[in-house]
Amino acid sequence: MPNNQTMYDKGKVVVGLCIFVILVTFPVWYNLGKAAPAPELVLSDKAKAAKECVEETSYMKAEHMQILDVWRDTVVRDAKRVYVNSKGKEYEMSLSNTCLDCHVEKAQFCDKCHDYASVTPYCWDCHIDPKEMK
Amino acid sequence: MNLNYLYSLIVVIVLFLLAYVGVALPGGKTLFGVIIPYLAIITFIVGFCLRVVGWARLPVPFRIPTTCGQQKSLPWIKSANIDNPSTTGGVILRMILEIVFFRSLFRNTKCELKEGDKLSYEWEKWLWMGSLAFHWAFFTVLVRHMRFFLEPVPACLQLLDKLDGFLQIALPGLMLSGAVLLAAVIFLFLRRLWIPHVRYISLASDFFPLFLIMGIAITGILMRYFTKVDIVGIKEFTMGLVTFNFHIPEGVGGLFYTHLFFVSILFAYFPFSKLMHLGGIFMSPTRNLTTNSREKRHANPWNYPVKVHTYQQYEDEFREKMVEAGLPVEKMPEPEPPEEPVAPEEPEDSEEKE
Amino acid sequence: MSDVPTPEELLSSIEPKPSATGWMDTPVEIKKGMYCYASNPKSVEYVGLPYPRQWNPKDDDWQLPENWQEIISKGFRERLDRFRSVKIFMDICVRCGACADKCHFFIGSGDPKNMPVLRAELLRSVYRNDFTTVGKIIGSIGKNFKKVIGARELTLDVLKEWWYYLFQCSECRRCSVFCPYGIYTAEITIFGRELLNLIGLNIDWVATPVSNCYRTGNHLGIQPHAYKDMMDFFTDDIEDITGVRVDPSFNRKGAEILFITPSGDVFADPGTFTCMGYMMLFHFLQEKYGFDITWSTYASEGGNFGFFTSHETMKRLNAKMYAEAKRLGVKWILGGECGHMWRIVHQYMDTMNGPADFLEEPVSPITGTKFENAKATKMVHIAEFMADLIKHDKLDLDPSRNDHLRVTYHDSCNTSRVMGLLEEPRYVIENVCNNFYEMPVNCIREQTFCCGSGSGLNAGENMELRMQGGLPRANAVKYVHEKHDVNMLACICAIDRAALTTSMEYWVPEVEVTGLTEMVSNALILPGERERDMNLRSEELPGMEGDDAE
Repeated sequence: MPNNQTMYDKGKVVVGLCIFVILVTFPVWYNLGKAAPAPELVLSDKAKAAKECVEETSYMKAEHMQILDVWRDTVVRDAKRVYVNSKGKEYEMSLSNTCLDCHVEKAQFCDKCHDYASVTPYCWDCHIDPKEMK
Repeated sequence: MNLNYLYSLIVVIVLFLLAYVGVALPGGKTLFGVIIPYLAIITFIVGFCLRVVGWARLPVPFRIPTTCGQQKSLPWIKSANIDNPSTTGGVILRMILEIVFFRSLFRNTKCELKEGDKLSYEWEKWLWMGSLAFHWAFFTVLVRHMRFFLEPVPACLQLLDKLDGFLQIALPGLMLSGAVLLAAVIFLFLRRLWIPHVRYISLASDFFPLFLIMGIAITGILMRYFTKVDIVGIKEFTMGLVTFNFHIPEGVGGLFYTHLFFVSILFAYFPFSKLMHLGGIFMSPTRNLTTNSREKRHANPWNYPVKVHTYQQYEDEFREKMVEAGLPVEKMPEPEPPEEPVAPEEPEDSEEKE
Repeated sequence: MSDVPTPEELLSSIEPKPSATGWMDTPVEIKKGMYCYASNPKSVEYVGLPYPRQWNPKDDDWQLPENWQEIISKGFRERLDRFRSVKIFMDICVRCGACADKCHFFIGSGDPKNMPVLRAELLRSVYRNDFTTVGKIIGSIGKNFKKVIGARELTLDVLKEWWYYLFQCSECRRCSVFCPYGIYTAEITIFGRELLNLIGLNIDWVATPVSNCYRTGNHLGIQPHAYKDMMDFFTDDIEDITGVRVDPSFNRKGAEILFITPSGDVFADPGTFTCMGYMMLFHFLQEKYGFDITWSTYASEGGNFGFFTSHETMKRLNAKMYAEAKRLGVKWILGGECGHMWRIVHQYMDTMNGPADFLEEPVSPITGTKFENAKATKMVHIAEFMADLIKHDKLDLDPSRNDHLRVTYHDSCNTSRVMGLLEEPRYVIENVCNNFYEMPVNCIREQTFCCGSGSGLNAGENMELRMQGGLPRANAVKYVHEKHDVNMLACICAIDRAALTTSMEYWVPEVEVTGLTEMVSNALILPGERERDMNLRSEELPGMEGDDAE
């Protein structure tokens, strides 16, 4: 009778399983000893003073990309430049002039979350962050 | 009619409700966000390893690879080094093609009886394409999700995201893998339902993982493209899981916990199910052995001696007849031959009875 | 064959779709023409296999031992512990269905339980119920839950279903070529038949050859003097046909090579012509090059029906091959044309009954070619041996003598999917005849179809089953017959020679069956032969009839 305590092809199986376990638990090793808290956004004084963006913060968190997308299309295709928000307030539809006016530093605002969540929006393929130009 | 899919569907719906409602109860977020995922991943890792070790403890008594090409024999005959691998290198190539590209499934054909008396074997690569799309998409989705578990996110993952989203349609950018995964899993489900023979053999345990993965894909797609979630909050939470520094995010709703719960169930279910084919394919003796069976002896650890009919016994029974027929014998007949063993009847006519 | 449906009836009876009732709710019906008779208790007893008794598959009571469930359960456990293959194949099937229409018995019958996946599920369902944790837990909730996850108890009906369908698989392993995990239904069938053997549920077409083989050295129970007689008879025939008297030797000590072939070649047409072919080939080589080979009446069977009973029985029957080689003191063994014999020689013999350290690494004494692929087992296939001879131009051949043949070649399941012996026989055929046509690509080489009667199923009483199973092969032959006027089907397997002959008579009566070596020796110019006007079948050669008048 076979002795079922023995492992056959032990070398290969153990190596295979080690690779499997390391792969599955890779995030644990990779982040070992690091804490990775959510990034803290640095708001400029102007932004702090404004208290609220063009829309509510929670809405902005989820939908800012949609707003920017709509803005772009509206400006480029329809040549309309005024955005009226849900409270009837008007804003110029402009990434550089409106958004960056408050959120002065891209690196301290946009990039923080985008880097954390590993998102690379193509806004900056065309738009220029004036701060980075200097 | 095989209704096994209904049972699986009901189970998955119940699981959905369990998570969706459960997470709203006090302590629900800790249960569904921390305790269950941990239990699931531990079950997965331990269960998977135990299954594989369990298989490894069983001997492979005989070398029984399926040969799918020309053997290595005479030097002037070209042998099929991958389909009939006589070397370890060949076996490795064969396994890679099998595991990464589903080579055997690629051979698939469809047999049909045409015009009443002609068998035809037709091109049928849908199953191969569907399953390849499914597995590759699932793999890509899994790898992409590593962005929630690694900080800083390695550049290669960003590259993968870019490739996966190269179409640059929709916002947030459409990830092809997610769409392909959902499409492929639906295809695999419909195939099970529509092809009569496949439906006939399908068990609830064949439908369950399909529904579960469908659920995972749908909740994921909803969160990314439609309902939106606080991605930073979620990453903080997932990073907490892998750095053992728990943080339950606020404002993240039932959909996320359902997604997580489905994934947890899939992981926990894995080692107890047919999903173990992931490990099993590496260990399949018809694929992972060299085919040089006559060139190199394969040892069977439990080979045991058996009772045989020796030449001696044979000659003892037939000696006189052999001598008479002029056949050589070891020992010339004695005056009194030993008693003959009882023999079964000879078949009256051993081949075709026309 | 009077009870067998006509080809038209058979074709129209193929079920296009499975029934609406689930397979677990469809009890087995043991149909006449589809099963083999139960084993003769004397045969079972002679080799000491368990529970010899008279029983009839048609009876309700199979005279099972009282604790049969316990025996099966214990046997199941033991084999799960002994064969990684069985355990893995029980565990990882995903029921994708790719194997379904690859099985000749399924294609020919449409019976869903002949889909390889379902054949395996017949056993797997019991495995789930008795040997897996999930199965036990879910099973304890209720019987209906069992069914949903594909588990069921081993009842008498289930056992009968096992028996019926495990003897409708010819272990050809075609399905394993297409399975993404290489699940090898043959291994499951072998395992299942071992379990059945534990409670004495054998078929006679297997059990009696096994007991014959154990006693007389061959399946047909030919005793040594009768074996010699048959060969003398062939010697006379050869002399009539060629004018040359061959002189084979038997059980001769000190010969360089031992020759082993299936006994079907000695006994049944058209295998006998292949046997005459061997004799002429060896005579030619002996005259020209001093070739030194002996036959054995003790190891007078290469085939091994023990393999269709249990691994142990296989080993018991196979042992005589090495034992005889050792006793005679030969250097190596040459093997004739046979299918499952070669599966066993290639994949099992050395492991079971080796190491063959008393033999030498095979070297062709004529060409000096080292058969390195047979270095350990020390047994060479005759197609390899002949291909090497032809390549070195050592045979004097006149292929035009086979000009009246339009040949196609049937790869035997075993030599193709166990060894990969694909090119050697083709090379030989192309050198001994001028008209060779391949069957369609999905029906040859590793995708070849079984003759329909392998693994001990070539009995007379299950003819309907055999003709169903023979359909895909015959259909491909019919195709080349219609397209290229093919009239001869060559093969390198003794069961093929018997089974395909019947199958051709039924499906494509215009096509005959031949062994490879028969074709070689028809083309072979023997030293001192008279002008050949007959082939080995004593049929006049077309174009040669007029020669006498000159």
